[in-house]
Amino acid sequence: MDALVAQLQMQYRNYTVSLYQQGFLDERFTELRQLQDDKHPNFAAEMLSLSFDDSVKHIGNITRACKDQTGTVDFGLVDVSVHQLKCTSSSVGAKRVKDLCVTFKEYCEANNYEGCVRCLQQVDIEYNTLKTKLQDMFNLEKQIIQAGGKVPQVDGH
Amino acid sequence: MASTGGDIEQTKSVEVKKKLNVLIVDDSALIRKLHEAIIEKLGGISQTAENGEEAVNIHRNGDASFDLILMDKQMPKMDGVSATKKLREMKVTSMIVGVTTLAADEEEYKAFMDAGLDHCFEKPLSKDKLEPLINKLMDA
Repeated sequence: MDALVAQLQMQYRNYTVSLYQQGFLDERFTELRQLQDDKHPNFAAEMLSLSFDDSVKHIGNITRACKDQTGTVDFGLVDVSVHQLKCTSSSVGAKRVKDLCVTFKEYCEANNYEGCVRCLQQVDIEYNTLKTKLQDMFNLEKQIIQAGGKVPQVDGH
Repeated sequence: MASTGGDIEQTKSVEVKKKLNVLIVDDSALIRKLHEAIIEKLGGISQTAENGEEAVNIHRNGDASFDLILMDKQMPKMDGVSATKKLREMKVTSMIVGVTTLAADEEEYKAFMDAGLDHCFEKPLSKDKLEPLINKLMDA
């Protein structure tokens, strides 16, 4: 059992560090984990769940604003939703999504429709990729706990 | 008659560490939850409001007493600028800190500050950003 726990913990450590190294997560995510305690054992997961709900809403708003039937895009409206998405992503340490939003805003400010559409596609991909990777990370945590071990603290270094 | 002066002196010397009381005003459940957790970690207690109107209503009966109000800017029903102005008109003396995603826009920032803020930070707040402020309030 100990060997299994140790193996799972190493797998978890390596996987989480890789998420930081590949730029999926930043120090904000570490801060979220540090806010977790016995009173709020699932704080990070709950925050991510709220973040995903918000992100879906913002991406939906951006998509609608970019697919305006009249052919005119309200770049101001797109910009507001992108900014909200940036804030949501930043709050939970979703670095790649946050960084994409910075580029997205530049395209909005330049009224660059093609750039905005490209960014929207990329944001959707990055958001879904992050969701999958975090799900895998939380599954590993569950396996460690079920095997009788403790989830190691990993800060990305 | 036995003097109770000694008991009173003993009571005076017992230091009761007051918990900082914070009102978190934001329409985002994510931000409310994050800021609640940070405040708790820093030793405070918090109450939340989903918009400026709720924040103002909490103060209407005159019983509310917050050391700190974290006020979002963009909210439905009543935004942070209007809510801050209203609270100051109601003679609310709590420290009000604006928390906005639009900190980069100078004119909007100035308008928010002019409404009666003590400080304005860009959201999301972090423990590192809030801690010096909280410590200052706790020491006061």
